[in-house]
Amino acid sequence: MTAYTSNRRDFLKKLAVTTGGGLLLGFNMLDANAGTMSVLGETTLDAAGSELRFNAYLAISPDNVITIFSPNPELGQNIKTSFPMIVAEELDADWTAVKVLQAPLDKRFDRQLTGGSGAIPHSWERLRKAGAAARRMLMEAAAKRWQCDVSTLRTEKGKVISTTGQSLNYGDLATDASTLTAPTDVKLKDIRDFKLIGTAVANVEADNIYSGKPLFGIDFYREGMVYAVIQRAPAFGTRIKSVDDTAARAVSGVLDVVTFKTNVAIVGTSTWQVMKARKLLKVEYEIDGSNLLENSSDHDRRFKEMLDSPEAVVRRKDGDVTTAFSQAAKVITREYQCPFLSHSPMEPMNFFAHVRPDGVELIGPTQTPDLARNEVAKLLNVSADSITVDITRLGGGFGRRLKADYVLEAAELSSLIRKPVKVIWSREDDMTGGSYRPAVRYRFSAALDGAGNLIGYKLRGVGINTANSTREDNFPSGAVDHLLIDSVEYKSPITVGAWRAPITNFLAFAEQSFLDEVATASGKDPIRFRLELLEKAKKSPVGAIKYDIDRMMGVIKLAQEKSGWGRKDVSQGFSVYFSHRSYVAQVADVAMEQNRPVIRKIHAAIDCGVVVNVAGANQQVRGGVVDGLGHALFGNLTFKDGAAEQKNFNNYRLIRFREVPEVDVHFVNNGIDPTGLGEPALPPTGGAVANAIFKATGQRLYNQPFNVQEPMKSVRLGEKI
Amino acid sequence: MAHYKLTINGRGYEADVEPDTPLLWVLRDSLGLVGTKFGCGIAQCGACTVHLNGKAIKACSFPVSGVGSNKVTTIEGLSENGDHPVQQAWKEVDVAQCGYCQTGQIMTATALLSQYPHPTNEQIESAMQGNICRCGSYHKIREAVVLASTKMK
Ligand code: FES
Ligand code: FES
Repeated sequence: MTAYTSNRRDFLKKLAVTTGGGLLLGFNMLDANAGTMSVLGETTLDAAGSELRFNAYLAISPDNVITIFSPNPELGQNIKTSFPMIVAEELDADWTAVKVLQAPLDKRFDRQLTGGSGAIPHSWERLRKAGAAARRMLMEAAAKRWQCDVSTLRTEKGKVISTTGQSLNYGDLATDASTLTAPTDVKLKDIRDFKLIGTAVANVEADNIYSGKPLFGIDFYREGMVYAVIQRAPAFGTRIKSVDDTAARAVSGVLDVVTFKTNVAIVGTSTWQVMKARKLLKVEYEIDGSNLLENSSDHDRRFKEMLDSPEAVVRRKDGDVTTAFSQAAKVITREYQCPFLSHSPMEPMNFFAHVRPDGVELIGPTQTPDLARNEVAKLLNVSADSITVDITRLGGGFGRRLKADYVLEAAELSSLIRKPVKVIWSREDDMTGGSYRPAVRYRFSAALDGAGNLIGYKLRGVGINTANSTREDNFPSGAVDHLLIDSVEYKSPITVGAWRAPITNFLAFAEQSFLDEVATASGKDPIRFRLELLEKAKKSPVGAIKYDIDRMMGVIKLAQEKSGWGRKDVSQGFSVYFSHRSYVAQVADVAMEQNRPVIRKIHAAIDCGVVVNVAGANQQVRGGVVDGLGHALFGNLTFKDGAAEQKNFNNYRLIRFREVPEVDVHFVNNGIDPTGLGEPALPPTGGAVANAIFKATGQRLYNQPFNVQEPMKSVRLGEKI
Repeated sequence: MAHYKLTINGRGYEADVEPDTPLLWVLRDSLGLVGTKFGCGIAQCGACTVHLNGKAIKACSFPVSGVGSNKVTTIEGLSENGDHPVQQAWKEVDVAQCGYCQTGQIMTATALLSQYPHPTNEQIESAMQGNICRCGSYHKIREAVVLASTKMK
């Protein structure tokens, strides 16, 4: 006979008993009777047991638990493991005794956001100092206790050790040490003495992830909260004309239907009930003002017109392109276009908001908690100090969660219904609701002299809602005597936003495919061609050089060596790109099978400075390559009458298991301070693959996705890894 | 509303829900078993994979009314302490990036390995093809499936 448990509240009671009601990383299983799960709040942090806070990042308890607070949102870039590693390294902590907690939004931290591959570069020194300062305080406390000179002491694996062999663990010293003044000037380790940094450290959240613990915003639950889904205007450029919610209101479990802005929110007691009721909504929309309901075919046409616009904004001008092109022995002009892309993080948008008279509580997945707080403060006209933001784990971001739109909606809805609410987006909402990678079209022109030297270079970009779709100071700028880079913005009601490696996620493909074609036209090996340009930029730079020539050469040579460039058994394509401070070169190996190109392997050479966590870094590179490849091959979001035509994964195709080739990862590891890795591995992939496909088939690719718009219909991908 | 008695992870649960409620939402909203994830709602991504009598199904597209007396296993019930061989393999290989898809990946892999303890590449590929990982952790998923197959009794 089975004993049945009848609801969530009882379930939680049971769970709390079996887990002892203890602390799950990032979530507190609080009083079982209240049936609540709560993310760690600011107050919880300060009251965390008898821990002694050394600084914003670090607490050590007398029973020797080292707690490191990780401030930046974790979305898979592994920051929750790599940040604490940096603190622990300088602290000389025993990593097995370290506990990591996600910090909520807190003024003690600076740049508490995830984006731009910037977290480690920005925090590298301050994290090291935080660890080193605490280590110094612990040593001073030991010196006092042992009546010896602090300079005679050393530390190892969470212990201070004296010359006579006495030792105390950090917990024993924590109480004394925490009363000392933190040193302002501490010596950091020589990077050759790193013990933890540069090794492979497993994800600190592994156990919770693999056993299905509540970690993500969508998992958040609190007794008394209600659920909501929102119907947004289906087409960009429209607004609500009328709402008939009679049928929706009649669905059991529906508590309210609320219309605000261009939204109709269904509020109820469970996700399914509100999703079901929403299908019964009858909402009429009308065109908002003078907006046009755009089609992808309009974009295609306008792109071509705008490439000839007289109103381009000049981004960089070196020498005199007009003369150079008029004197050229050969001119090559090519155009490249990409479609809109959805970010499609695996966890759909969601947020919990509770607007109370005395303050606002926001809980969920955001890349920019600070922005969310400030925008909600403005929206509700309350002070930012009255708002708390707790950061859950993010089921991916890719730039989508840099925006606060979905947080604002939840806050506004909570203020209207005066209840704690969790707003959930369906996949369809996510895919049709906007903030996309913008569609862009480029025109490149190259002028070659009689000897095949690149003497002139032009690039014009037209980007939808994108002021500057170029990266005017990137290579080959500085290596070409006559150069003109300009851009035109195409205004549209379709919303766009930063998508992993903004701009460069497509620009790199276009540029590196074009340079490959130019190299071929000049009769040079593609790698040789680029190296010669870099040598020229080094010897006689034209205008400002805003990339590091040696670092770029370094990854080119590493990729050349590791891929066995020049092999005859496969067709190889090359690509190199500098983005977000780091350098990545890639070689794709393609072989023909049954008359179709198969991507066998991608070799990646990376210079991101010091590699903090070898395991996490490898994931970022492979993940970036897979992301770049998948979207180059399949990603395509098109519009009809202002609405996205692809609404879910049945016709918006993401790369899947079988389609992934082997990826080899090689780091330069030159000892310079870390320069970021969340994005840089993505941009070069499309170009390397397209150039290899050209070698194998003679077919050039100009548009993404490759397999839809090109004559070569199907790209079969690597079979084994 | 209808009243359902369900056997999940070897325990009994009761839920009062509409008959068309997908098992996914009963697990997540009614019973607090949130390890089963919502990704697409249309059987395309595999984030919601659970076992019905040991076979992998997509809980987002399986109505609670169809469960009957069949036994449901979710990630929470795969092992008492998170140490099922497949979970161990996932941990050893350090598969996750964001981690959101991984419970579904693990459930699909477990069902595969219980049917074919030593699967061929082709069997691994066709089983795992239904689970999307937006972060692109596919290499490690493959390594973990292969490693798990050496751990299965
Ligand atoms: S949520 Fe069920 S397959 Fe995607
Ligand atoms: S790990 Fe992020 S979706 Fe798979």
